Amino acid sequence: MQPFLNQIWIARWPLWEGFLLTIEVASAAILFGTVLGCICGIQLVYGPAIVRFPFRVYVDVMRGTPVLVLILAAFYIPSVAGVSLSATQAGVLALSLFAGAHIGELMRGALQAIPPGQAEAARSIGLTFPQTLAYVLLPQALRSALPPWINTGVELIKGSSLLSIIGVGELLLRTQEVIGRTFMTIEFYVFAGALYLLANIFLDQLGKAVERRVQGR
Amino acid sequence: MGYSLQFGAVWASFGNLLSGLALGLGLAVAAVACGTVIGLVAAFASVSSSRIARVLVGGYVMLIRNLPLLVLVLLVYFALPQLGIRFDKYESFIGALALYAGAYLTEVFRAGLVAVPKGVVEASRAIGLTRVQTNVWVVAPIMMRNALPSMGNTFIGMFKDSSIAAAIAVPELTFQARKINVDTFRVVETWIVASGLYIATCFAIAALLRRLERLFPKF
Repeated sequence: MQPFLNQIWIARWPLWEGFLLTIEVASAAILFGTVLGCICGIQLVYGPAIVRFPFRVYVDVMRGTPVLVLILAAFYIPSVAGVSLSATQAGVLALSLFAGAHIGELMRGALQAIPPGQAEAARSIGLTFPQTLAYVLLPQALRSALPPWINTGVELIKGSSLLSIIGVGELLLRTQEVIGRTFMTIEFYVFAGALYLLANIFLDQLGKAVERRVQGR
Repeated sequence: MGYSLQFGAVWASFGNLLSGLALGLGLAVAAVACGTVIGLVAAFASVSSSRIARVLVGGYVMLIRNLPLLVLVLLVYFALPQLGIRFDKYESFIGALALYAGAYLTEVFRAGLVAVPKGVVEASRAIGLTRVQTNVWVVAPIMMRNALPSMGNTFIGMFKDSSIAAAIAVPELTFQARKINVDTFRVVETWIVASGLYIATCFAIAALLRRLERLFPKF
């Protein structure tokens, strides 16, 4: 145990930076994914058929493809299209597109679960559609979409570990580098696992706390 | 832009992609089969009267669901040998994926168990079936039917997650695609074809499952 603690102390900064990058990448993906997902969900429910179709295709393609394939595609494809992205940017792009589709689908479900009387009542008191959306539909949809949204966040923190494969220096890659130097395989993988566990449980508890707050109206 | 699509290089290795796809499906089937056993045992344990069993199952599910699959795979493949436990890459990936699937299936089966109507259990006890007989002949079939749609989703998820086997050089679809990618630099074509294969397979599985659900009407 003593040599392991020594090695952790020596490797504390790389591991800490890796952990921070994991959190940053996942947060960025959640942020972009949520914006994309809200647009996507609204279009899937209220958009005209011609708009709905491309969004449907986007959602189905993203949901049918493994995250790792998305990440590899986002890493290799932009360079031939003349856009140069760093590995981290490619990773954020892939995870955001993935999150956007999943959040879009769960927003669609949440919006469709609202009784139609709500939208009709809002229209009959003279609200325009954007107002109906902002004051009547979205507040209800966001509330019921919260638990699966937190789940998507957990999936993204887990999915960010796949970025180690394209060379993003997040927690898992930093851990592998330390293992390459110390050969303490079990100890450091378990340590990395514990950090992921901690981050995810924290996010889960945060979600539950927010849920409790928004439920008591 | 100066990049024109040429699928020739990808079609030349299309056989490799297909065999990779078959391998991925095989890995998913094996993992979900083992995971179903784990999930069934854990689900019955989680509704049992034993407090220790409930806590153990709760810990297992929480642990696995919050851990990245890649960490689990690397742990089984690279770290267990340090303890003298050695698996080849196929066994260790199936083992890791089975543990992972088991946690999700535990939740699925537990939800199915909770949804079994109480009256059915009481009726079968009343006609003299033992507790084990009730569970095997009455509760399990109803639970399986309740759990079928979610089980299908879990299977599709595990099939997609079989792509992670590429990280330990198991030659499944993603691994083969990556090989074509670095060999030929037909980047766009490779990933279009690879993800097309994944999407087509997922849709095919989903359609098959809907058929299966219609075959067994809901209780």
